[in-house]
Amino acid sequence: METFLGIDYPTLWFLVVGFLFSGYAILEGFDYGAGAWHLFFKKDLSRRIAINAIGPLWDANQVWLIIGGGALFAGFPVLYASLLSAMYIPFMLFLVMLILRSAAIKFRSAEPMEWWRKTWDITYFTSNVLISFLLGVVMGNLILGIDIGANYEYKGGMFFTFLSPYAIMVGISTLFFFMTQGSIFLLLKTEGRLHARLTFLLKRAMILFIVSFAITTLYTLLFIEGVADKFQAYPVFFILPLLAFLAIANIPRLVSKKKYALALLFSSLTVTFLLLLAAFQLYPVLLPSTISPEYNVTIYNAASSQKSLGIMLTIVVIGAPLLALYFLFLYKTFNGKVQLDDTSY
Amino acid sequence: METEILARVQFAFTVAYHYIYPPLSIGLGLLMVIFEGLFLKTGNKDYEVLTRFWLKLFAITFGIGVATGIIMEFEFGTNWSVYSRYVGDIFGSALAAEGLFAFGLESTFLGVLLFGWNRVSPKVHFISTIGVFIGSMFSAVWIVVANSWQQTPAGYHIVGEGLNARAEVTDFWAMVFNPSSVDRIIHVWQGAFLAGAFLVLSVHAYYLLKGRYVGLSKKAFKIALGVATVFSLTQLLSGHSSADGVAKNQPGKLAAMEGHYQANAPADLYLFGWVDQETKDVLGLKIPGGTSFLVHQDFSAPITGLDAFPKEDQPSQVNAVFQFYHIMILIGMLLIGLTLYACFLWWRGKLFEQKWLLKIFALSVLLPQIANQAGWFAAEMGRQPWVVYGHLRTSEAFSQEVSANQILFSLILFFIVYSVLFLLFLYSMNKKIKNGPYDESDKNTQLV
Repeated sequence: METFLGIDYPTLWFLVVGFLFSGYAILEGFDYGAGAWHLFFKKDLSRRIAINAIGPLWDANQVWLIIGGGALFAGFPVLYASLLSAMYIPFMLFLVMLILRSAAIKFRSAEPMEWWRKTWDITYFTSNVLISFLLGVVMGNLILGIDIGANYEYKGGMFFTFLSPYAIMVGISTLFFFMTQGSIFLLLKTEGRLHARLTFLLKRAMILFIVSFAITTLYTLLFIEGVADKFQAYPVFFILPLLAFLAIANIPRLVSKKKYALALLFSSLTVTFLLLLAAFQLYPVLLPSTISPEYNVTIYNAASSQKSLGIMLTIVVIGAPLLALYFLFLYKTFNGKVQLDDTSY
Repeated sequence: METEILARVQFAFTVAYHYIYPPLSIGLGLLMVIFEGLFLKTGNKDYEVLTRFWLKLFAITFGIGVATGIIMEFEFGTNWSVYSRYVGDIFGSALAAEGLFAFGLESTFLGVLLFGWNRVSPKVHFISTIGVFIGSMFSAVWIVVANSWQQTPAGYHIVGEGLNARAEVTDFWAMVFNPSSVDRIIHVWQGAFLAGAFLVLSVHAYYLLKGRYVGLSKKAFKIALGVATVFSLTQLLSGHSSADGVAKNQPGKLAAMEGHYQANAPADLYLFGWVDQETKDVLGLKIPGGTSFLVHQDFSAPITGLDAFPKEDQPSQVNAVFQFYHIMILIGMLLIGLTLYACFLWWRGKLFEQKWLLKIFALSVLLPQIANQAGWFAAEMGRQPWVVYGHLRTSEAFSQEVSANQILFSLILFFIVYSVLFLLFLYSMNKKIKNGPYDESDKNTQLV
């Protein structure tokens, strides 16, 4: 098997996919999170400002989902195919919610009628909440595993099987985390009374997130098989939950000092550490089979050929710096507080 | 069987719907680059007004294109899991390149394009417009590469057997430049330019008929007419080259396009007709031996017919392939006639004097749209029964674990959401067009 710096290609690609989905969780995390607060803002102007805070950025942020999905298809086609076809209904709901969310952003402020804006406001809020929750549910099921049999054939239920208490807990934690991330981002982009209200909302979100996160962690340690063993084998990885906790603990201090950009960085670090934790828990498995470990989808049986992975790693090495440049340019252009003008949503 | 049909219907519906928008985005992208470039070069305010006006229409189109495109990316996995495992090694790298090189470019610069007027200099804004346009063209490249590989696989080998069989890439560039990709990319680009140019022609013809924004509209109309003329003519060349490739690489498909059954006989060229799949007869207006002439420059050269293939390797919907193909060609010819005649009038200085011609142009936006759809239907239905030509059958490629009911559920959901979205699209395009290029609509209406 070919390696680079002593790491085999499937593992490298696992890292690439992990990086892409961390980027997605950070960037769309604040987008979805900002949207999940939408109905908590009472004034029409506040709602417009909140939408325009992500206005020029959300399309670009969504690229991380597209590239992440592409990277999964390209590098681990077996996982991509098995996961998406097994969790058919949850993914279809997720996709439809994505469409409704885009439509809400585009059309909400296009008409002045109250019923029109209200309808879109509810659509926007609901889609953001459901998207966040469903992403967590998928994550929860990745950790728990699903009923995959021989030849990667899925043998489980259609929808409610995926809503186990654990998956629901991860879903709720994800929603609360995104809301934390979203409110910090909005603090960065707003002024005045909306800003003051967000300071209050952020506190609520953080408390909710910490509680749900604590319950989820407890549940993981107690009920998910193999987790405790893995930490015993590699005790050094205890640092991950610790770092995640430290990163969260830092946020209130930074917010009270009005260092919002730094606070956003730390909440981004939180989710990165948590995803690393999940990756550590799973590796080298990608999707555990609840029927038998021999049917597990792993980075080795799911991976594309060495040749193909090599090509894609080259594509990433060339493409990633370009993408970083585009993002730098975009975020620099739209740095600062939201100002509505004739081009705004 | 039921599951397979539903999966195919859902894919056809979602992809055909998606394909209303990206060609418009690519085509409008080209026009916006021209308008904004002219504004920077001449400083003429009219071109700035045109750029800003078309940008508003572009924004809606692009937005729906992206939203419906994400569905496509994940639908391979949800509904075509066997196919996804089979082609992931090959298709995946094209998709990854699309995301990183093309979609990344267009989506990041989109923010600056739409919202950056007051934040960046005109030059940087122009660069963003070009970035979005080039990004959208590259997107088309990688997607068409992936589809072309399914039509004419190259640069791969098959590993494993039965359910575990899959194609693996052996030569990346041979995969990218497979026999049909270059012809088809050019054909798709030109189809997209036509879609955009004819939308511009339609809208400004409408203004001219109403006597609104006359000076501005004449400028825009002439530019779009130039673009439309060039690409409807060159579309003929890439179309011919594409068909030559089909004759060589997918003879079964060419035979279906012309309803040609006899295994080894000269093939006719139909202007229009109707294929009776029972009697294997075609009723219609034809040039005897015309297809033979186009492929071999010889009216009596034999062309492989459908009968040369076992029944299970023939497309099942020959008449449909025939009709879609001929609709595309007829519209292509119509566009050439229309644009050349308009250019003739332009040359005589009478371009805007014929009301009836402007009326035709006002409706002409539908023509390239129909042709683009018909062309894809012919290409995809003509490839049947294969999803990967000669290797993987469509009937074996769908997700076996997804039930018909699940697909029915998602299909209904898509149908409802897409219908609403389409009405919104028409409504908001119509509203922006009616309000015109100088509209400063008041979004800042305070409600509370």
